[in-house]
Amino acid sequence: MPNCLECDANIVLDQKVEIGEIVDCQDCGTEYEVRSIDPQQIDYAPKEEEDWGE
Amino acid sequence: MNVSILGGSGYVGGELVRLLLDHPHATLLNITSERHAGRLVSAVHPNLRRHTSLRFSRMDDLGPCDLLFSALPHGSFAKHFHAFKSVAPRIIDLSADFRLRSADDYKHWYGHVHPNPETLNDFVYGIVEIRRDEIRNANYVTGAGCLATAAILGLLPLFKNGLVNDGEPVVIEAKVGSSAAGNKESPSSHHPERSGAVRSFQATGHRHTGEIIQELAYHGTPTVHFSATAIELVRGVLITAHLRLAKPLDNKALWNVYRNAYDAEPFIRIVKETRGVFRYPEPKILSGSNFCDVGFEIDPFGERLVVLAALDNLMKGAAGNGVQAMNIMAGWDERAGLHFPGLHPV
Repeated sequence: MPNCLECDANIVLDQKVEIGEIVDCQDCGTEYEVRSIDPQQIDYAPKEEEDWGE
Repeated sequence: MNVSILGGSGYVGGELVRLLLDHPHATLLNITSERHAGRLVSAVHPNLRRHTSLRFSRMDDLGPCDLLFSALPHGSFAKHFHAFKSVAPRIIDLSADFRLRSADDYKHWYGHVHPNPETLNDFVYGIVEIRRDEIRNANYVTGAGCLATAAILGLLPLFKNGLVNDGEPVVIEAKVGSSAAGNKESPSSHHPERSGAVRSFQATGHRHTGEIIQELAYHGTPTVHFSATAIELVRGVLITAHLRLAKPLDNKALWNVYRNAYDAEPFIRIVKETRGVFRYPEPKILSGSNFCDVGFEIDPFGERLVVLAALDNLMKGAAGNGVQAMNIMAGWDERAGLHFPGLHPV
C-alpha cells in the first residue's frame, strides 16, 4: 500500500484500479497517477495551473 | 434528561436552545431571561419560529432539572453559583467565571477579585478534547473562550510532544466575527462603525490569553503573545499562530503529530490540502457546525511553523462544545444533536 508523498497517509487502491488512473489522498487531497499495479506505485498526477484566490 | 438554560436570550443561549430542542435525549424545560420573561423564545430567536412554543421564565421560577446550562453574562453566574447548585446536580457554565484555576490569574486577567474564589477548582475546564475523562465524572464544567479554544486545539499537540522551542514566544493573531461580542449594542457595534471593520480591538492583554497559557502550561512553559482583530463576519474565529519548533520537522512528521492527537476526535479535522479553494481552516464553512478545523504550514526558510485553527464561536467555541460536554457527562454518543456539517456555499 503506497503512502502519500505529502502527508504520509495510506493510499488505499481499489482492487480494480488501472494504470494511469487518478487517485487522491483522503487526508490532504493530493492527486496521484497509478504507475504500477504490482507492486503498487503512484506518482504525482499532472497538475493543472489554478488560481485559488488571493 | 431534563435540561434548563439560565440566560437564554443571548446568542449563545439561542444556540443552546436550537441544539437542545432537536437533541435525541435531552428535554428542554426552562429557559430564563429576566428581560424577556413571558415572551415566546422564538420572539427573540426568530430562527426557532414555529419550532418551539416555549416561553422565557424568570430565574426565580426555575424548577429542578437534571442538568443546568448557564449562558449568563460574565460575572453573573459566579455570584449565584451556590444557589444554582440546588437546582441541578450538574451544571455547565459557558461564561468566563470559572475558566481560570487560580484566583490570582482571575484578578490579573479580569481586573477584579473573583466573588467565589474557593469554588474555582470545582469546575473542569471544558474543552472536551483535552479533558474528556474529567468531564465524564464531573458535576460542574466550564466552557472555554472561543478564541482560546481555537488556539489551544491548534497548539496543544505540539506542546504535548515537546515540539515548541521553549525559549521563544508563540505569537497568536485571532480574527473574530461580531457575534462573539454578544447581543448588547454598543457604539462599536453600531452598523456604520462595525460594518467593513478590520479592527484591532485587543492587541495585547486579551482575557483569553490567561486560558491559553493555563492549558498549554501543563505541557511546557509557554510565552504567549495574543492579539485579537474584529473582522467582517457574524460567526467565526480563525487563529494564526507563529512559533519556532524545537527541532526541524517535515510535513509528514507534523501530519503524524496531528493525526495521533486528533484522528479519533469526531469534531477535529486536520485541514491542509494541496488543491482546491479551502486548503486551510476557514470559519466560513463552519457556521452552525461543531467542528474545529486545524492546519499548519512550515516556513520553508526556517524552523518557523504557522498553525491555523478555525471554528464557529457560538458552536465549538461555546454552545456546541457545551452540548458535547453534556453528552459525555450523560454517557451518550458525544455527537448527539451535533451532526450538522455546516453550509456550502454560505
